[in-house]
Amino acid sequence: MLETLTTFLFGRLSLESFPYHEPIVVATFFAVMLGGIALVAALSYFKLWGYLWKEWFTTVDHKRIGIMYMILGLIMLLRGFADAIMMRAQQAIAFNGSEGYLNSHHFDQVFTAHGVIMIFFVAMPLVTGLMNYVVPLQIGARDVSFPFLNNFSFWMTVGGAVLIMASLFIGEFARTGWLAYPPLSGLEASPDVGVDYYIWALQVAGVGTTLSGINLICTIIKMRAPGMTMMKMPVFTWTSLCTNVLIVASFPILTAVLVLLSLDRYVGTHFFTNDMGGNPMMYVNLIWIWGHPEVYILILPCFGIFSEVTSTFTGKKLFGYTSMVYATVVITILSYLVWLHHFFTMGSGASVNSFFGITTMIISIPTGAKIFNWLFTMYRGRIRFELPMMWTIAFMLTFVIGGMTGVLLAVPPADFVLHNSLFLIAHFHNVIIGGVLFGLFAGIYYWWPKAFGFRLDPFWGKMSFWFWVIGFYFAFMPLYVLGLMGVTRRLRVFEDPSLQIWFQIAAFGAVLIALGIGSFLIQIAVSILKRKQLVDVTGDPWHGRTLEWATSSPPPDYNFAFTPVIHDNDAWWDMKKRGYVRPLEGFRPIHMPSNTGAGIILAGLSTALGFALIWHIWWLAAVSFIGLLAVAIGHTFNYNRDFHIPVDEVVRTENERTRLLSGQV
Amino acid sequence: MDKLSNVGARLLPLALSPKQTFDTGPALSRYRAIALLPVMAALSGCNLVVLNPAGDVASQQGDLVVISTLLMLLIIVPVMALTVLFAWRYRQSNNTARYEPDWDHSTQLELVIWAAPLLIIICLGAITWVTTHKLDPFRPLDRIASDKPVAAGAKPLDVQVVALDWKWLFVYPEYGIASVNEMAAPVDRQIRFSLTASSVMNAFYVPALAGMIYTMPGMETKLHAVINEPGTYKGFSSNYSGAGFSHMRFNFLGLSNQDFDGWVSKVKSSGGSLDRNAYLALEKPSEAVPVQHFGTVDPKLFNAVVNLCVRPGTMCMSDMAAIDRAGGLNAGGKASADAILRANTLAGFPDTQPTGLCTVAEAVEAAANSGAAVQRPTVTPISASASPAGPLRLANP
Repeated sequence: MLETLTTFLFGRLSLESFPYHEPIVVATFFAVMLGGIALVAALSYFKLWGYLWKEWFTTVDHKRIGIMYMILGLIMLLRGFADAIMMRAQQAIAFNGSEGYLNSHHFDQVFTAHGVIMIFFVAMPLVTGLMNYVVPLQIGARDVSFPFLNNFSFWMTVGGAVLIMASLFIGEFARTGWLAYPPLSGLEASPDVGVDYYIWALQVAGVGTTLSGINLICTIIKMRAPGMTMMKMPVFTWTSLCTNVLIVASFPILTAVLVLLSLDRYVGTHFFTNDMGGNPMMYVNLIWIWGHPEVYILILPCFGIFSEVTSTFTGKKLFGYTSMVYATVVITILSYLVWLHHFFTMGSGASVNSFFGITTMIISIPTGAKIFNWLFTMYRGRIRFELPMMWTIAFMLTFVIGGMTGVLLAVPPADFVLHNSLFLIAHFHNVIIGGVLFGLFAGIYYWWPKAFGFRLDPFWGKMSFWFWVIGFYFAFMPLYVLGLMGVTRRLRVFEDPSLQIWFQIAAFGAVLIALGIGSFLIQIAVSILKRKQLVDVTGDPWHGRTLEWATSSPPPDYNFAFTPVIHDNDAWWDMKKRGYVRPLEGFRPIHMPSNTGAGIILAGLSTALGFALIWHIWWLAAVSFIGLLAVAIGHTFNYNRDFHIPVDEVVRTENERTRLLSGQV
Repeated sequence: MDKLSNVGARLLPLALSPKQTFDTGPALSRYRAIALLPVMAALSGCNLVVLNPAGDVASQQGDLVVISTLLMLLIIVPVMALTVLFAWRYRQSNNTARYEPDWDHSTQLELVIWAAPLLIIICLGAITWVTTHKLDPFRPLDRIASDKPVAAGAKPLDVQVVALDWKWLFVYPEYGIASVNEMAAPVDRQIRFSLTASSVMNAFYVPALAGMIYTMPGMETKLHAVINEPGTYKGFSSNYSGAGFSHMRFNFLGLSNQDFDGWVSKVKSSGGSLDRNAYLALEKPSEAVPVQHFGTVDPKLFNAVVNLCVRPGTMCMSDMAAIDRAGGLNAGGKASADAILRANTLAGFPDTQPTGLCTVAEAVEAAANSGAAVQRPTVTPISASASPAGPLRLANP
């Protein structure tokens, strides 16, 4: 009777689900708890809860949502990196009969979580955050097309992150690798909650990603300032458009394939089982039809960032704008024709393998053209080596190596000897760190003064830069060598002692990267303390070229008091050249969307629904699902959706900027 | 160091002229050694088995890695050099460099920056098409070394590989023997692998021998390879498969013909018989399993593993497919399907009582009675191999 009751109330959840017997997890738990309690106490002491709720959690302002995405991404970076350094440590010591300090139950969760977190909850939020912040400003819009949807998307991403973090302390995470191939992720090989955490964390976050993609496409298509034709859009906006097209076209595939996997796990269907007509290779195909565009979703906006940064800091128009745009569009289309290169070794025929190998190589042509375009933008420029430009140069030198090894892996017979090896690991970290992450740092340093009105401290920025770049080479070049020595990925213990030195060098590289992350955090703290010295009142600290630099830093809620008219693809540069004068009168009330708590409530209920489904707590699933429907329907009856910023307030804001600008002169 | 000069000896002439053979004189090899000195100095401590393997297939694949890399370096090196050069020359403090803030287009340059990568990719694409077909793991070898074609009438060594949780089973149908976590092959004889897995995906990889191929439950993949130098080489699973994955290793013994015969007779004399019951016991998950030998093997075991019907009372997937191909119960009715099963039962173990076919109602009833009696009422075939082996195929009625 009691058992029935507890099963009803808690589903699969029991005291045994809490990993209190794993000292590493317990220590982490207490550290997180202490930090959490300190944070809550501080927020309560300074009476910040109301402020946070009113101004941030319920905000529909694309700029604040963008900043919250960035904070989410950076917090999750710490988690993902903690996993990375645990792996590096384990692999550096597990030689000569030593089992290391992680058992397979723990180690296998660590590498799975590392991959999932870094892609879905670090790279994606950081990319989405930058697009959210910058795109409306670059196209002269006051917000995105669907401001409430934007808030909801953000909180759904947080919901997914919450579920994945919960798996650390309640139950366990998947032990399948980051793409959870069946049959390993099927019910027979993985009966526990790990794969269910994986499924529901990605499903909840995936809703957010898809909706945010739709939102940004609409924004870019419909909300550009007058005069900004498609071929006058800034390159970052172009790459964002292509990325969001990829998101909208590919994330539903991920959703569908995870639905099929959950049906296999929850109701006993046989889509991907070995038996009863199931076909695990179908899963592998489907997940990579999403998975390959996904890497372009991450890299394309970064290509946009590099384009903006290069032309700004060389003081030149971007070389070959048109070919840059076409290269982006070509990459977008081709990214759907290459997925099979992730499993050449599964025994497809030679012609199929050749086809996908060659399409993969073809992608390197537009990518190469982009590199050349940045190169010739630098040619006959005046290059200022500020931090964003340093990251760009580091990217150009690093990314080409990753690109080269990528094309190498696209040759099927070469892939036969390198697939799943540490060479492959080195390759994709080479493009994801050397491309995406370097790009994100360039973007963060570039747009930080826009978001906060002061620059980031250059000293700690340079420390972070050199630690990261040198650390990257130390951490991943040894993995190329190990790959050529025939060492495969995801191994927990090793037999051959001659390999150890390479793993130790890689671990040293990881320590350097840790110092790089530390320097970055110190840099933010130092910059906030020194914000008076680092202040920028012009709104245009870098002599920018695109529209976001036309407004103040940070921009007012309404971004632009008057919507600008565009004549050139370097709109702001063009305005400055023509002697643009900021209008000082004739302001009107500005129509703006209202804040709403519906997004965070819906996302909270979705997270509860996910948790209930993971643990088979059916009553909670039912309650939260009904709650979801009720709140969603209830929200449609909320007619208090918008308001006008009164003229007085606009005048006050604009006069303040006038005062600051004249004080500057 | 020697091994690396070997790599160098193989790769440079290939890069210069694909038709040239590997046989080169000592003067040239000294020149190459100098060219590769920095790389070799850095890597002299390690054995880059991927670039310097002991089997002809892996050796061609390793060469391909090197050739492709050299081809791409043609464009990568200038790009890196130009990046550094431009970054230095056009730095802000250099007032002597030209500054043209509005220069943003050049048709000639655009042509070059699209054409140069395109040309390299055309070359690489051609190489890819040819080598992918030539080195297709399903394709029988036409040579056992660069200068030795496969002799006419030479029979390849058949090896059936099953990836179990978490160990490797090798069955030698020709000799009726099997071994766990150890495999042997005579040098210079083509090996024809047939591979499958018992529960989850793994990949079979002996870097010194040939590229990897996945082993997948319910499917059969193929690999053709040859080992050219005697020695003991590492083999392992190169696709993560769960808790015992790290220990899923075996030794691959490349032996002279005589030593191989010795190995076979040693295994034969070791006793132990791998029948379906022994297999079912072996199949249970276990880690870091020591080498085991079986002197006799049920000849139908491998096909039963591929068709997921080793367990008594399970219908083979191939039978299911055969019945479906014949139109299922609708076309032929129960009697004809039963006939197919009797004629064709793959499990075919002497002790097997064919479960026979039944209607849905009977299946439900039987399942209610025994639980395990009725397995797999409908199964569509999934096989990675293009066509099933002879006995698998149903004669078209």
